[in-house]
Amino acid sequence: MRAKVFVSLKKSVLDPQGKTIHNSLRNLGYSNVEEVRQGKFFDILLDTNLSLAEARQEVEKMAKSVLTNPVIEEYTYQID
Amino acid sequence: MKFGVIIFPGSNCEHDVYHMIGKVLHQPVEFIWHQSRDLASCEAVVVPGGFSYGDYLRTGAIARFSPVMECVQKFAATGGLVLGICNGFQILLEAGLLPGAMLKNRGLKYVCQHVSIRVESSSTPFTSALQTGQVLSIPIGHMEGNYFCDDHTLWELEANQQIIFRYCTPDGQTTEAANPNGSLSNIAGICNRSRNVLGMMPHPERASEPILNSSDGLMIFESMVNALVHS
Repeated sequence: MRAKVFVSLKKSVLDPQGKTIHNSLRNLGYSNVEEVRQGKFFDILLDTNLSLAEARQEVEKMAKSVLTNPVIEEYTYQID
Repeated sequence: MKFGVIIFPGSNCEHDVYHMIGKVLHQPVEFIWHQSRDLASCEAVVVPGGFSYGDYLRTGAIARFSPVMECVQKFAATGGLVLGICNGFQILLEAGLLPGAMLKNRGLKYVCQHVSIRVESSSTPFTSALQTGQVLSIPIGHMEGNYFCDDHTLWELEANQQIIFRYCTPDGQTTEAANPNGSLSNIAGICNRSRNVLGMMPHPERASEPILNSSDGLMIFESMVNALVHS
């Protein structure tokens, strides 16, 4: 079982890296790009014996307490 | 009044702090390893700068789970003096001992330079030997020193006079140009509600002897010694 966790800065937090990448893309001619937010991606291999509910619980716990700082970041995830 | 200096894998300012406390201030000082489960009866704890655990996930994110940080939490809760410098400040934020978080510097570059900071409150055990409004020259060296918190937290910090240092011009003006990293409200250092935990991005241990071009940082440690003597 594999969890994919996406971490990004909250909308209320300025993302200077995303802004810089956005500017670069515009300069390279990608004029349709309206906004870029940069984040982190974690690809986590989980014990195959876990139930889906257990996996969700484990991933949410990790995401909340370790993978993100809730003051500035938020996350989404999917389990395949 | 024994000082403890905590070492995590990746700390790199612990010897500077140790030297300054032992050789410049002439106070007993001891290193405390991150796996330690007691603070060796130290009366003040310094969490020094560096790159704890490589800072790979986020600055300070892994260090806060170290066994020693449980002791630091308890120590702080009972009024013990805790000073976090640079990465130490970031660790205290991650540990929830101080409010807010650090973002990458506004300019996306590592900034290493002497800065001026203004003392916003002398009513802490870390700043009692200083005057409110006094300007100190102390170096910074960091990539993630762009302090951030939500509006309500900032309001609380202001209301409780928890903002202790602000980046400023040499004559004490807290201008945008004097802000080296984009920190909210020019914040360079804050304390907790009980005023016994202080985090600051500038490195006072790097400005504690005339040979280092500034001794301004020494007064922060002298304040701590005074506080311990009188407690």
